[in-house]
Amino acid sequence: MLYNEAGQFSISYAGERRLFRLRQDRCALALLLAFAFVVVPFVGNDYWFSAILIPFLVLSLAGLGLNLLTGYAGQLSLGSAAFMAVGAFAAYNFGLRLPGLPLLASLFLGGVTAALVAVVFGLPSLRIKGFYLIVSTLAAQFFVSWALTKFGWFSNDNASGVISAPPLTIFGADFSSPVGRYLLTLGVVAALFWLGKNLVRSELGRNWMAVRDMDTAAAVIGIPLLKTKLLAFALSGFFLGIAGSLWAFTYLGTVEPHGFDLNRSFQVLFIIILGGLGSILGNFLGAAFMVLFPLLLSNLAGALPVGLIDPGQLENLQKFIFGALIIAFLIKEPEGLARLWQRCRERARLWPLRY
Amino acid sequence: MFKPTFARSLVLALSLAAAAVTAQAEPEQYFPLQSYRVGPYAAGGTGFFGGFIDYMQYVNANGGVNGVKLTWSECETEYVVEKGVECYERLKKGLNGAPAAATNPLSVGIAYATLDRSTADKLPLITINHGRTDSTDGSVFPYAFPLQLNPYSEVSAIVNYIGKQAGGLDKLKGQKIVTLYHGSPYGKETIPVLDLLAKKYGFTVEHVEVPHPGNEQQSQWLNIRRAKPDWVILRGWGVMNPVALKTAQKVGFPANRIIGNIWSNSEDDAAPAGAAAKGFISITTHPSGTQFPVLQGIKKTVVDAGKGNLADPKRFGSVYYNLGVVNGILNVEALRIAQDKFGKKPLTGEQVRWGFENLKLDDARLKSLGALGLVQPLKLSCADHEGGGAVRFQQWDGQKWSVISDWVQADRALLRPIIEESARKYAKEKGITPRDCGKEG
Repeated sequence: MLYNEAGQFSISYAGERRLFRLRQDRCALALLLAFAFVVVPFVGNDYWFSAILIPFLVLSLAGLGLNLLTGYAGQLSLGSAAFMAVGAFAAYNFGLRLPGLPLLASLFLGGVTAALVAVVFGLPSLRIKGFYLIVSTLAAQFFVSWALTKFGWFSNDNASGVISAPPLTIFGADFSSPVGRYLLTLGVVAALFWLGKNLVRSELGRNWMAVRDMDTAAAVIGIPLLKTKLLAFALSGFFLGIAGSLWAFTYLGTVEPHGFDLNRSFQVLFIIILGGLGSILGNFLGAAFMVLFPLLLSNLAGALPVGLIDPGQLENLQKFIFGALIIAFLIKEPEGLARLWQRCRERARLWPLRY
Repeated sequence: MFKPTFARSLVLALSLAAAAVTAQAEPEQYFPLQSYRVGPYAAGGTGFFGGFIDYMQYVNANGGVNGVKLTWSECETEYVVEKGVECYERLKKGLNGAPAAATNPLSVGIAYATLDRSTADKLPLITINHGRTDSTDGSVFPYAFPLQLNPYSEVSAIVNYIGKQAGGLDKLKGQKIVTLYHGSPYGKETIPVLDLLAKKYGFTVEHVEVPHPGNEQQSQWLNIRRAKPDWVILRGWGVMNPVALKTAQKVGFPANRIIGNIWSNSEDDAAPAGAAAKGFISITTHPSGTQFPVLQGIKKTVVDAGKGNLADPKRFGSVYYNLGVVNGILNVEALRIAQDKFGKKPLTGEQVRWGFENLKLDDARLKSLGALGLVQPLKLSCADHEGGGAVRFQQWDGQKWSVISDWVQADRALLRPIIEESARKYAKEKGITPRDCGKEG
């Protein structure tokens, strides 16, 4: 009976169309946000902020970026990390070259730049599909990393090609402490998730899904393929670009082009596959699985008596366990963690009266 | 059935807790180790951290540092930056009440990512023989210590050596040098300074990148053969080095014209290349070998007692292992110096930093440590976080390294203004006000 919507009626179109129609959902979300914004900063410690929560939030956002493109619009991509790199380096350069530009504005402009680059690499999607498109986005992956390494201008001629985070101040408030970086990340990620959730419910989102399910049919009913696909690339690039700048600024504090290599793209892809394609919540679940689980294994291993297993072998052992778990999980639930959660909710609707 | 087992485990738990409490009573100083024992750079990680841990065991066996025992724990990074950051955050708080003294990630990427954090947490970041060059300027980077040798000093010393081989630095004019570098922050660090030296001495320099990790170098070496350089400087790391030597042999470039830099100088770099490595020259800040009294001491008290950290005892006395020992000596000496000022007890990171800034090792001190000839004499200060800047050259004879030169000093006077300029640029970018080193003495 936890999720029984009995007695909740929509009496206006706005009520029918609202983001979370069920009161339970709204309460849960409000509680969660209050917990994340108010309680966590008091109870968390540096380790939780810097090593767990910030990467988790940033990777959720990156997952959302790719999910818009792959999960909703059906365009396969392996260039996620490249767009993150564009976002990070662009935001860095906007902050550096335009003194006095507020931090949030440079993040936004970094996202816009990544969106433009994503559109360029999305152009082939009008002619090619599926695996062939993967190859074209893979080109983005190699090209961006090459260009950022090759031209010293991007990293302000740093000898090592490394950029470092600008001072994290917004309206005079300093966000450079671990708690501050967490709150900044959380704020940006929450705002973008709100935007993303609304996007996929909009007409554009429905067009994306139509294109994903069968693009010929979508074209026949009058959906402009060119615009729809390119907007998917642009918005995905925008989200990924901001995720990239957060990765560089609030998480690591520094980044080199190779920090955004193919492995990072795969990581983002695994997040959406594990979390659930075409699901907003799935990005959080997938990122949590990818970030927390290896850490949990590694922390558990740290509790083992010293010398029981060679530390190097232990690390390989953790990889086995993690890999085996992914395989086992995907066999049991190929539609991802979000689907699992949905099933739980459906059970909760019936509980305790099963029929 | 339940009760007796429960009582027994309760007793066990209590006795364990009691043991932990008694262990607690002894003062301890903690070293967080962001080590890596798997992945493409495992040879470096196991050797370096093996030597470091064995030296700490050796110090403990001799009563610790003025009665303070050393303790440590490891966190595997695989040389991956994100994992290194996670390990840093996990370990920085100390262990069971023992405060952390300094972090020693043997990785430029991790060092870059934890630079700001180290400053905020007041925990020294030791990047022996590597790291960010401009962190030599301690007025802008109060907590970073590229001990012994920074990358600029490294290439400068190599160029000085090449000049000596040519019969004087003025004979460098018209020579051609190619640097084959690892495509990472570490590999790229020296490009501008080599360009500067080339302009100053009139030789030409060409930079060739090898993408990480460096398993495939055919096209790079074909280009090198076409360029016909007088010398090749190998700025490699891990698996890239033996591949470079083998590929050089394949295209017919002589090994005795290749100079390996500080991370291309170990047995693990040369030996896998087999015959192709014979004649290969490299620089080192510390010779390999086991003849030094400190290593004999480690062998007697740690390795022969079966407590050695190396999985393969044959690597005892190898380049990476000895670097770990050297690193241990420098860390422990800094701790000892700081203890003279702040008291013979476990110290905070801020106090240990004072120890590093006042680190001074002369021949007499090195002799009493049993490390004369293993560690170069060095003296640090607030402004100078490097201290040494000298290297020796060694040549691989197919089996082992033999030292072929005396200490070759880098042109530190030439490099200092570049370092200061770069540090100032960083300070401006980050809004840091440099310390006044004149006041701190």
